[in-house]
Amino acid sequence: MDRSSTLPALLEASDLVMTFGGLAALMDVNFVLAKGTIKAVIGPNGAGKTTLFNIITGVQAPTEGQVRFNGDLITGLKPHEIAAKGISRTFQTVELFDNMSVLENVMLGRHMRCRSSFLGAGLSLPAMRRQEKRLREQAEEILEFIGLAEKGRAMADSLPLGERKILEIGRALATDPELICLDEPAAGLNETETEAGAGLIQAIKEKGITVLLVEHDMKVIMNISDEIMVLNYGEKIAEGAPAQVQCDAKVVEAYLGDSECLF
Amino acid sequence: MDQITFFGQLLQYIVTGITVGSIYAMVAIGFNIIYNVNEVINMAQGEFVMLGGLIMVSLHVALGVPLVIAFGLTVLAVACIGLLLDRTAIRPVRRPTALTLIIATIAASIIIKGLAMVIWGKDPFDLPAFSGRTPILLGGAAIQPQYLWVMGFLIIIVAGLSFFFNQTIAGKAMSACADNPDAARLVGINVQHMVLLSFVLSAAIGAVAGVTMTPIALMEYDRGAMLAIKGFGAAILGGLGSFPGAILGGLILGLIESLGAGLLSSGYKDAYALIVLLAVLFVKPSGILSNQDVTKFKRL
Amino acid sequence: MLVFKKSPIFAGILVILFLPLAASFVPALGSYPDIMVFAGIYCLITIGLCLLMGYAGQISLGHAAFFGVGAYVSGILTTRYGLNPWLCMVTGAALAALVAVAVGAPSLRLKGYYLAMATLAFGIIVNIVFREEIEWTGGPDGLIGIPGLSLFGFPLDSITRYYYLVWATVLLAFLFTINLIQSPSGRALRAIHAGEEAAGAMGVNVANYKILVFVYSAVLASIAGSLYAHYMNFINPAAFDLFFSIKLIIMITLGGMQTVWGALVGAVAIAFLSLEWLHLFQEYEMVVYGAILLLAVVFLPNGLAGLPAALMEKMRR
Repeated sequence: MDRSSTLPALLEASDLVMTFGGLAALMDVNFVLAKGTIKAVIGPNGAGKTTLFNIITGVQAPTEGQVRFNGDLITGLKPHEIAAKGISRTFQTVELFDNMSVLENVMLGRHMRCRSSFLGAGLSLPAMRRQEKRLREQAEEILEFIGLAEKGRAMADSLPLGERKILEIGRALATDPELICLDEPAAGLNETETEAGAGLIQAIKEKGITVLLVEHDMKVIMNISDEIMVLNYGEKIAEGAPAQVQCDAKVVEAYLGDSECLF
Repeated sequence: MDQITFFGQLLQYIVTGITVGSIYAMVAIGFNIIYNVNEVINMAQGEFVMLGGLIMVSLHVALGVPLVIAFGLTVLAVACIGLLLDRTAIRPVRRPTALTLIIATIAASIIIKGLAMVIWGKDPFDLPAFSGRTPILLGGAAIQPQYLWVMGFLIIIVAGLSFFFNQTIAGKAMSACADNPDAARLVGINVQHMVLLSFVLSAAIGAVAGVTMTPIALMEYDRGAMLAIKGFGAAILGGLGSFPGAILGGLILGLIESLGAGLLSSGYKDAYALIVLLAVLFVKPSGILSNQDVTKFKRL
Repeated sequence: MLVFKKSPIFAGILVILFLPLAASFVPALGSYPDIMVFAGIYCLITIGLCLLMGYAGQISLGHAAFFGVGAYVSGILTTRYGLNPWLCMVTGAALAALVAVAVGAPSLRLKGYYLAMATLAFGIIVNIVFREEIEWTGGPDGLIGIPGLSLFGFPLDSITRYYYLVWATVLLAFLFTINLIQSPSGRALRAIHAGEEAAGAMGVNVANYKILVFVYSAVLASIAGSLYAHYMNFINPAAFDLFFSIKLIIMITLGGMQTVWGALVGAVAIAFLSLEWLHLFQEYEMVVYGAILLLAVVFLPNGLAGLPAALMEKMRR
């Protein structure tokens, strides 16, 4: 019996189907994401994880099926509309704004939470200037939280990969999300960096933000996830607490073609 | 009586349209060759056509060089200019983004146009038609033999390119580059040489277009820009990178322009092709024949 | 450049303020105020273009069209109907804004070459309209008898007075633009340039912002066109052709797209080149323009305005 069924559902995906030409990337995927939990989506390459992410974050619309967030239908909304609903994300290949500083990247994350009228900005009205100061302070707080406080003025592209990934998470946090979708946060990181990232994700959960993540690093997933969902060839083949999924026969077979427990 | 005359007129417009369309198709093919190898749009493509016409005029009319030899020399000369273009405008650009390459090729086209103006002046020049100017009468339309030369050369070019890309090693190497430059490099294909070759080929084809069209439409120093834009329109209409598309796009564009100028207003002649270009870009930028997603570049 | 220091702005204002005075004493500078009127008019366009292309990362090869819209609306409405020129200027700007939305909405979904060609085609189509609608625009022969401007009854009928009007406008546009750049909107534009997908994921309405900055640049160009019409008292389609759109590109490439200062430097440089120095090259004019553009794009990736910073970088190493 998994604990998440007793918590309110933040995100619900029903009967998601995604076909490209003749290829089915996702087939009848259903799942529920409980508020305040960390759910990991795993599966071999090509299993449909990125497609699932793209559907939830509005990059693609599913061929069939629906996604609900806090009860509202969000299927087919554009990315900026999804962001306005309270869903934020990071990208598999880090997509920072390399023409800006670390601080400015995070400040951009606050975009939805500020008034950005062209006219007011151009005239440099006092309210706009006060807002700018506030945005700066809020961004600096976030940099504190993620541990990049001294790097505020550095250009985003001057950071090493581990810090870039953390900055991207910080930028996503700046949007004040209810749900944050992390796309392979540990990819390309060494042991220390991965641990730091995992710690950050747990700190995010403690703030009350729900986390959905796609990841390959099993140690991370086993340690921090409340629930795991396994995709294979576009279908959900298992879902549940880490210990359950670890020994699920279908999962083991998908990864190893064997029937021992994984990891 | 009026019906026949109208039909004759219509046929006239259609034949003109196909001829003009063949020129656009040749320009479009030139765009596609370069685009296929490294995703660059050569904004100076039209200047190759202009140079083809004017150099031929200098060689054949001013210097009296016999037609066939002059034709060959012209194509060679313009091909060399294509080589120069790659070396001086494309290769040196350090941050090759779409914008910087657009600007570099525009700069090159202005330099070429400026030099053409210095050398040949602003007046248009004529070339004697290859096989005379006695029109062939067909159903009320008077068809200039030169029209047939234009269409004929399009066919020759298409056949030649087909052979080149499918049967020769250089051609197959170029196709490989188009598909996957990294893999091409790994098997030993010198991509830079392929890029150079693509410019040389495009320039040569442009020159052919210029030589064959001058007896019909004359040629002056600043014809390049409109030819380039319309040729690009043809390429996009048929799907950027596709050779059958270039031909289809060219012919359609030529017909629309000719019929529009004939039946609607001739002052807006240039606008018709441009409006078609805009329509394609707004509605289906991948063109009528293709299915690609044009919002993502493979390499740029 | 994102933090705009105040001292260069004050220095610039001083230079502009005293140039006509200097010109009246130094014969060599005699033609400068007139050239600077054109430079200022070009600046209005390049400031907008710089925001569109340098900061937001879009492309426009057809901005001469908006310049022309402002000029022709002002020209036609003042000569045909005797309307107040300032009102006509606003009308021109409004029309330019509408056209920018109509053309921008479908075009700005495109990227790279596609966007470039769409704007190129648009610019040429508008120029053809100027040439063909003879009843309204006077066709290739142009429109004559466009009145000058006067401010609250004070006629701006000398070069010096017009000079101050134009440069006051440039100052306003410049300050407005640098405020924009340093605001959340400016950040949003730069984010769009760096990565549209990520910007959208952070809640930036990418499509709207692109159209907004396109409209802004169109309005500035239109105002520039109106000022041009009232200065020249005569306009014809040749002034708003493809080559002028390319000249604008030369200005921002030479000056530097990455910063608004570049827009000013480029506009002033090309104004002087085309009005004062180009006749030295006689029929090689066009070659010179092309050569400048090529050299700029190859050797000056950040334009002339980016040279000081680039030199400081080199010295630091």
